[in-house]
Amino acid sequence: MVSGAIVKKNEYRDSVFLMRVAKRMGEQTGIKQTAVLMGTDKNKQLLSELGFTGQEISGATASDLILAVQGSDEEAVQGVLGRVDEWLRPEIPETRGLVIRSLEEAVRQNPQANLAVISLPGEYAGRESQKALENGLNVFLFSNNVPLETEISLKRFAGERGLIVMGPDCGTSIINGIGLGFANVVHQGPIGIIGPSGTGIQEFTTLVHRYGSGISQAIGTGSQDLSDAVAGASTFAAFEALEADSRTQVIAIVSKPPGEQTLIKLIERMKRCRKPVVACFLGTLKVTLENPPVLYVRTLEEAAVSAVGIATGSKPEHGYADSEKIEGLIEGELKKMSRDQRYIRGIFAGGTFCYQAQQIFSDGGVGVWSNAPLKGNKLLQDPRVSQEHSLVDLGAEFFTEGKPHPMIDSSQRRDRIMTEGRDPQVAVILLDFILGFNASPDPVGEVIDAVRTGKNEAAKRGGYLSVVASICGTEGDHQDIRRQTDMLTEAGVNVFPSSAGAALFCRKFAQNLK
Amino acid sequence: MTVLFKKLLESQPVAINIGVRGFGESLVTQGIEVLFVEWAPPAGGDHELLGLLDQLL
Repeated sequence: MVSGAIVKKNEYRDSVFLMRVAKRMGEQTGIKQTAVLMGTDKNKQLLSELGFTGQEISGATASDLILAVQGSDEEAVQGVLGRVDEWLRPEIPETRGLVIRSLEEAVRQNPQANLAVISLPGEYAGRESQKALENGLNVFLFSNNVPLETEISLKRFAGERGLIVMGPDCGTSIINGIGLGFANVVHQGPIGIIGPSGTGIQEFTTLVHRYGSGISQAIGTGSQDLSDAVAGASTFAAFEALEADSRTQVIAIVSKPPGEQTLIKLIERMKRCRKPVVACFLGTLKVTLENPPVLYVRTLEEAAVSAVGIATGSKPEHGYADSEKIEGLIEGELKKMSRDQRYIRGIFAGGTFCYQAQQIFSDGGVGVWSNAPLKGNKLLQDPRVSQEHSLVDLGAEFFTEGKPHPMIDSSQRRDRIMTEGRDPQVAVILLDFILGFNASPDPVGEVIDAVRTGKNEAAKRGGYLSVVASICGTEGDHQDIRRQTDMLTEAGVNVFPSSAGAALFCRKFAQNLK
Repeated sequence: MTVLFKKLLESQPVAINIGVRGFGESLVTQGIEVLFVEWAPPAGGDHELLGLLDQLL
């Protein structure tokens, strides 16, 4: 194996762009591995672990771009490194206007600016967010790895100025019908939602859309907002704004379990709300139903059904209500399986979907292994190796350090599907597909050959591999949901209208796999 | 308390994008005015130097 690297001095490019570059370079003949990263200390360490070393790499700074390649021979490696300018050319022509070098310059350019969308590496994101707030801008902060004390201080400052920080680690918001981050194209309507999780918001908003209602505003607050340290600073600000928002008639809040103290304050706040509230705290013990205005539900789907019910006066049908049909489907698939096939393997792109599936399994008394276990479940020692029933979040840091998130690129998920499909003990593979702005243009297409291979190999062994999936998206999303669904059904995948429905189906399957 | 945030919810966003270009591009496709900042690590990514600069400014 031959390695080579080129360092481009003072050439900053964003992480998503660089992941695409690495992917294109990796597709060339004879190339085994590529890494295209900025020369931060952390990235240089990562490169060294991958076997890329040398004076040029060690001398690179955070402003320098490193392109590293490993291939079968010198010719293949040099062939790729010789075309660096080609790889760094954008695939789609960029919107180019006047070159703006700083946030302050942008504000001078258009003083009407009211929102900063920030997705820099975590170590710089706090500094730019602070500048944005000082300039009177609300902040949508996608970056993760922002220190907790920075988050607390930014949110305190924002509160004093009447602004909000959506984030850090905020995947999705919808402001007045405009989708930020990974948002889906949904109808506008009377339902407002607040949530720390991007995929949680995506599932809720797309289901509300599918049930015929729409979204007034969706406010992402960041993964740590409801921790006791941050104490829901952005959640409470969003609550106040949605309560005052004339278009919002119902407020939903979906989240993992909030911190103990924050939950107490949040329940008090919800009870005082002048508008009806639907609350879904995944993973918490069942909360007793209370009098309106607060309705507690267990899943994202129930949250959407309830919110639409309150807003329109008629409750839509659950996507997985027909249990007889489900039982029949399970019975039919079980008959085709061999006796060795006993386990469910969930391979998720959305962390919230992995979490929700664990709750649904747990509610039915089915324990699982996971790399992000819900209380009571077991932690996978090696996230790359499943055990018994396993529900794995492939968007977790272990899998995304220096590699693309599965919502952007499914390479790792594809490999994992292949691995699970080869395991003769696997009965069912559970998958989620997430559409929306900035998500992979063809998430199903990227893995469908692995699904087919898994099914064929199981058949050769004299068994049958059941594959179950849900798609989070709408007909307005650029990925073409109909085509994505057709690809799955044509490959023999059972497609459910919600992640909760798919998980419930798998839980029932697990209960039959004794 | 949330005056400027409420104002944002009542109006069309005018955005400044710093970082992943796609996030800004997807706003442009929705008809939003976006100002793209061509960002680079300040002080060449030297955090010590950056800290000193911040103290001076």
